[in-house]
Amino acid sequence: MVAQMSNIQQRNQGRKDKLIVATAPLCGCFGCHMSLLDIDERIFELVELVEFDRTPVTDIKTIGKCDIGLIEGGVANAHNVHDLREFRANCDTLVAVGSCAVTGGIPAMRNQFDLKECLEEAYIHGIGVENPHVPNDVEIPLLLDKVHPIHEVVRVDYFLPGCPPSADTFWQFLTDVAAGNEVSFPYSLIHYD
Amino acid sequence: MTSPLETAERPQDMKRIVIEPLTRVEGHGKVTLLQGKNRNIRQARLHITEFRGFEKFIQGRPYWELPVLVQRLCGICPVSHHLAAAKATDMIVGAGELTPTATKIRRLMHLGQTVQSHALHFFHLCSPDLLFGFDDDVQHRNITGVIEDFPDIARQGVLLRKFGQEVIRVTAGKRIHGTGAIPGGVNKSLSLDEIRYLQDDIARNIGWAQGALELLKNIISEHYEHHMQFGTIQSNMMSMVRDDGAFELYHGGLRAKAVNGDTIFDHVDYVNYNDYIRESVKDWSYMKFPFITSLGEEEGWYRVGPLARINNCDYMRMPLAETERQEFMALGNGLPVQSTMAYHWARLIELLYCTEAIAELLCDPDLVRKELRIQGNLQGSGTGVVEAPRGTLFHHYEIDERGIVEKASLIVSTTNNNQAMNESIRRVANQYLDGNRLNEALLNHVEVAIRAYDPCLSCATHAMGKMPMELNLVDASGELVDRLEKRVTGRIMRTI
Ligand code: SF4
Repeated sequence: MVAQMSNIQQRNQGRKDKLIVATAPLCGCFGCHMSLLDIDERIFELVELVEFDRTPVTDIKTIGKCDIGLIEGGVANAHNVHDLREFRANCDTLVAVGSCAVTGGIPAMRNQFDLKECLEEAYIHGIGVENPHVPNDVEIPLLLDKVHPIHEVVRVDYFLPGCPPSADTFWQFLTDVAAGNEVSFPYSLIHYD
Repeated sequence: MTSPLETAERPQDMKRIVIEPLTRVEGHGKVTLLQGKNRNIRQARLHITEFRGFEKFIQGRPYWELPVLVQRLCGICPVSHHLAAAKATDMIVGAGELTPTATKIRRLMHLGQTVQSHALHFFHLCSPDLLFGFDDDVQHRNITGVIEDFPDIARQGVLLRKFGQEVIRVTAGKRIHGTGAIPGGVNKSLSLDEIRYLQDDIARNIGWAQGALELLKNIISEHYEHHMQFGTIQSNMMSMVRDDGAFELYHGGLRAKAVNGDTIFDHVDYVNYNDYIRESVKDWSYMKFPFITSLGEEEGWYRVGPLARINNCDYMRMPLAETERQEFMALGNGLPVQSTMAYHWARLIELLYCTEAIAELLCDPDLVRKELRIQGNLQGSGTGVVEAPRGTLFHHYEIDERGIVEKASLIVSTTNNNQAMNESIRRVANQYLDGNRLNEALLNHVEVAIRAYDPCLSCATHAMGKMPMELNLVDASGELVDRLEKRVTGRIMRTI
């Protein structure tokens, strides 16, 4: 317990002036995270403005209190629901990043089929499949019937459009928030492709 | 060759340890271990817990959507999917041989892809481990830490990745999920200005790639024995090679070599890959387990990616990379190099190769010509294969007479390494965990072994990065008896 306290204190030290940002990939392709890295050299400025909490590029496993949570991908299985709720509970501002988070995106194309059909296509009717059967083990999580955009599960504060949103979109958003400005995108940053 | 640790008898009598989440596999992959008497490890499994169903939901879509649609499997190597699908649709439109301009634009795009992906893996993900040590403070052991302590190395990594992404943007219109390749060709060639823009940086980038390789070799040689045996397994190797046996990433035949260096098959036309490879389904993972059909499931699993490609090719066309390849192959004394950590080494030789190959290709006058596309008669099916950054990537599609997709089959690069990653974990479990109480070394070592493969489970799942972890030890009645957590500070804590 004592150790836990000091962890939290340590975590908050030196962070006062920086925005604390967490990111998570749910059912997406990781392209949105890649696009954030496409800010290139601006990452050297970014680390002056923000401190990363739980993200795939840090070792932080449990999300702490954050200013901003960026969510890539829609909600496709029980784990996604759990992670998303945890982010909502801990982030002042929650952002749906990219088409998959905003609408379900390409993975939501499976919604027109039964989940069973999708599984059978991959594991039973596929070409060159040995030992055909649908994986079924307590160790793999339950899939949801449909893929959902994240705002169907939690309240969302901002939506960044694009597949993926461009690096400039991320940059505009994060610098606006860091400066305390109202977030606004020029028309040129609002598009899918 | 499959380890006996794959499946334990009477698992209900054993202690179950779960390592979850592995962020690199999107937080949805995990490792489970079963401990029997005397804490002996009896079972170790890497489970991939993500499923998206692309094979089904692209049915009913027109074939020309495939190159832009299927790349949404993976934002880390979208160009590889873009090009594998494009090659399959080349066959579907009956294009035969593409124009030199189209082929070279695609090759350039693919080289850019490999540069950005390998740079990302080395600098953004692995360099913190290698520079600071596996047991460095977790809060510090990430790209931000590298920026603070080694700003020059961080800058080189960021700029090398940027260069790869810029090659992609110039050839495909957009860095992630571009549109450059179309059935039968490409939709644009390059302008002289674009070529000059890319040439501007090229010598510097080649130098940085060399520097990264030197850095890695120094780190490995400091603890040579340790790195060479760590998580090492004996496996077959599969990759694409050019007709003359040269290293190849975009187009060639399939070659597989056995542990003793013998050829299993060679120069196989990839259109027939289905005769050589099958995929097995196991209950406990959404990722299938491919194997070489003639050797069967037990003996036929193999590795793909940088390690397999460098081991399999006869030579590399680029001079700096070829010198490095020869030095690397000497490690194996005439046999394929099997060290799992050698993946890092092989990957950086490829990074160097790609920067050299881009420099060469940018001088090619075909890049600015305007013959972009070939069209023929619609065919019923098409297969496209490329060497993606992480290994051989297979796309196969069948269409009806209106051009609507009826069937699709995809084997993504990392899936090829499924059994191998499982075997490496079992090896690490044997080497470091067997008979021991849970400790932080276990966490670290399992993490490092998986990371060497650079698994881009985006394609079957998606994620990357460091692996924050939690270990729970549950006894046979389901009661939690031990629990370790790797905290934000990097401390491993027993929280029970
Ligand atoms: S929005 Fe596009 S880039 Fe982002 S996760 Fe979805 S498919 Fe990938």
